[in-house]
Amino acid sequence: MAHKSASIILPSEITSEALFHDRRAVLAMGLAGAALGAATPLTALGDIPAERYKAARNARLSVTETPNSFEEISGYNNFYEFGTDKSDPAANSRNFKPLPWNVTVDGECEVKGSFALEDLLAPQTLEERVYRMRCVEAWSMVIPWVGFPLAELLKRHKPTSKAKYVAFTTLNDPKQMPGQRERVLDWPYVEGLRIDEAMNPLTLLAVGVYGKALPNQCGAPLRLVVPWKYGFKGIKSIVRISFVEQQPRTSWSHAAPNEYGFYANVNPAVDHPRWSQATERRIGGSLLARRQATLPFNGYADQVADLYKGMDLRRNF
Amino acid sequence: MFISPALWLAAGALGVAGVSLGMDPVRSLVHENGTMALRMLVATLAITPLRQLTGHSDLLRLRRMLGLFAFFYALLHLSSWVVFDQGMDLQMILSEVVKRPYLLVGLSAAMLMLPLALTSTTAAQRWLKRRWTQLHRLTYVIAVLAVWHFWWQVKKDLREPIAYAVIVTVLLGWRVWKRPRAAKARSAPATTQGTA
Ligand code: HEM
Repeated sequence: MAHKSASIILPSEITSEALFHDRRAVLAMGLAGAALGAATPLTALGDIPAERYKAARNARLSVTETPNSFEEISGYNNFYEFGTDKSDPAANSRNFKPLPWNVTVDGECEVKGSFALEDLLAPQTLEERVYRMRCVEAWSMVIPWVGFPLAELLKRHKPTSKAKYVAFTTLNDPKQMPGQRERVLDWPYVEGLRIDEAMNPLTLLAVGVYGKALPNQCGAPLRLVVPWKYGFKGIKSIVRISFVEQQPRTSWSHAAPNEYGFYANVNPAVDHPRWSQATERRIGGSLLARRQATLPFNGYADQVADLYKGMDLRRNF
Repeated sequence: MFISPALWLAAGALGVAGVSLGMDPVRSLVHENGTMALRMLVATLAITPLRQLTGHSDLLRLRRMLGLFAFFYALLHLSSWVVFDQGMDLQMILSEVVKRPYLLVGLSAAMLMLPLALTSTTAAQRWLKRRWTQLHRLTYVIAVLAVWHFWWQVKKDLREPIAYAVIVTVLLGWRVWKRPRAAKARSAPATTQGTA
């Protein structure tokens, strides 16, 4: 991470009304001299150079299973903002514009404001992490994400002692997200984590997959990845990150509280009312492939089980 | 015409003729066959009102075929789930059916279709006479169970099950509305096959 030398022009400083605030916030954070401006040619406003996504793999935090193909990862998605069928997101997100992108950080923290995505990324070293992804619908994939630990971003914004939870919000824009024209869910989509979950080193903010920018249907340009939780916790196309004191009202747990909990930790012992969570079908297997056993915390128990010590995980599902 | 979805699914399952069942072929099989079963069932129910509206009595032959196709797709739907989704794990299948009411409802619908399929021949129709008509009124129960099953397994987006529920309500409502006339017709001499 580079610091200092406030004279370097950030892409976001090519002034516009809306971006004025970003710059102030960035200066306040002391990130103004971040390597980005110096190391890369100035591109169109809000662009992120393709090389940034070619990140080295963090082998320690990656699984060794073979990742799913890019076609699978980008062709089979639950992203109701673009429709409820799993092929809808790929079909209906073609005209979505992920860049330029701004993220508002607010709530119980010292460094608040609206930030251009490239400025949020500037101080980060991106890394590749191959994670398991277990959907609450009992199917799974293995995905080579490109991103950075959420904790690093959160710390830069200096949460106060009142920050007990972090709430995330997806863009609300029915023009670009045709699924939002139907009230299938209470838009905009909201997700949340307890602050210690958010700070866990496994919790990732992803901006890419397979060494490239996220396809729109995968939550471009910025999404959450929490590998020990069901996929719906991984909120996509994030425009707001808020530090809050109360547990946020998250979309699925609000829509069907008896089916989807706030915690949504992968747990083979607690069934969904309509299907078993004991096993999962790995996407990409042959028609005759057997279902495989689902692991507690999706196989990440060593890293995260401690977060829930003393909690009744049947009740807090 | 009604068989082509099944041929397409078979081609996809075998990976021939460039047909693909998408990223999750097991789900596609369960989904497509279930949807076809429901559509065929609704089409079966639509025949009697159509016949009464248009006076085309040869529609009755179509009705038998549609009903048998509904049964055929329900069997494919059930077996896709048993063979590919559950991997024929009998213990798992039993515990799932017992634990998930929507499966029990679907299974009841499929079971009730069996006697109807077995008595679908003209010979059986002649043999059972009035009782055939009564027996085949089970179709109404099956349709309600099928929509209920569909409704219950949906995660959140209820638009499709609502659409089917409306269609089935209209088709069954038509029969209730027409009943006085049918009763009158029955007391008259020499009515032909029933109104099921
Ligand atoms: C008349 C009989 C039946 C009809 C018309 C029917 C129809 C349907 C329909 C339309 C769907 C929704 C498909 C989708 O959107 O994915 C469905 C789903 C399903 N049905 Fe059936 N079904 C019948 C019987 C059965 C039986 C006997 C079983 C197994 C015991 C069964 C198991 C399932 C399963 C597992 C699903 C998918 C649930 C999910 O994806 O979570 N159905 N059925």
